[in-house]
Amino acid sequence: MKAVYTWSAIFVIVFASVVGDVLLARAMKQVGDVGALWRRAGFGTVIGRTLGNPNFLFGVLAMAVAFFSLLFALSWGDVSLVAPAAASLTFIGNAVAAKIFLHERVDRRRWIAASLVAAGVALLAG
Amino acid sequence: MTFRKYLVLAGVTVFAAAGDSMLSHGMKQTGSISLNHLQGVIFAVLNPWVAIGILLLLAFFATYMTALSWADLTYVLPATSLGYVLLALVARFLLHEQVSPLRWLGIALITGGVGFVAGGPSLTTHPPTHPAAHPAEDEPRATAAASGVER
Repeated sequence: MKAVYTWSAIFVIVFASVVGDVLLARAMKQVGDVGALWRRAGFGTVIGRTLGNPNFLFGVLAMAVAFFSLLFALSWGDVSLVAPAAASLTFIGNAVAAKIFLHERVDRRRWIAASLVAAGVALLAG
Repeated sequence: MTFRKYLVLAGVTVFAAAGDSMLSHGMKQTGSISLNHLQGVIFAVLNPWVAIGILLLLAFFATYMTALSWADLTYVLPATSLGYVLLALVARFLLHEQVSPLRWLGIALITGGVGFVAGGPSLTTHPPTHPAAHPAEDEPRATAAASGVER
């Protein structure tokens, strides 16, 4: 039964961090190149436009949900299962979500990169 | 990709790894915090290692957001995963922990993945066009990305 709790929490972590990463990536694409914006309009504009972006705020919220689910997962399962499982599934989930929701061109090169990194992270933390 | 942008990606990598290590070191000094004694969190923040760790993680978040403003999510994430490798190397050579053969294999896989993604373009999408928010200067970037020449 504990395994069911642990894997449900891992699923919630992965889902929330993928949603968070996609929202943050979308927000920053809307803000535009931060370096160029800083030179043109100043640091205050960069901060104001980032914090005023709804995608950014919901992205941070999703990241907070992911963080607290991680705390729950760690109280139910071993860190050697939870951390690598969540991290490597998030890499794969992000590749899928970036293709669907951000329309990034996830070509074979990027699939291979995401899979290698996911496998490597699983081995490192395992 | 300019030198400055590689510097930002390196910042994401180093700040994340250093911040996590400092936090972990500091939290082991302060001891575990229970939900019944939440005031323990305040003492944890007073620990210099924890405070520096939090500052480094803020720096991580700022550089991560900067990188996402001009590169794809599927580029930034693998490119900055070298932080895991950095942590393992610090554990092996500074903290003198054992690194098993399976972990060395993991390091090799991550490094290979980073090499794969770093060889390709960093931006493959048209940035969403908001005429009011984005004057003409975004135009060259969009066309460069569309023809796949931006690296």
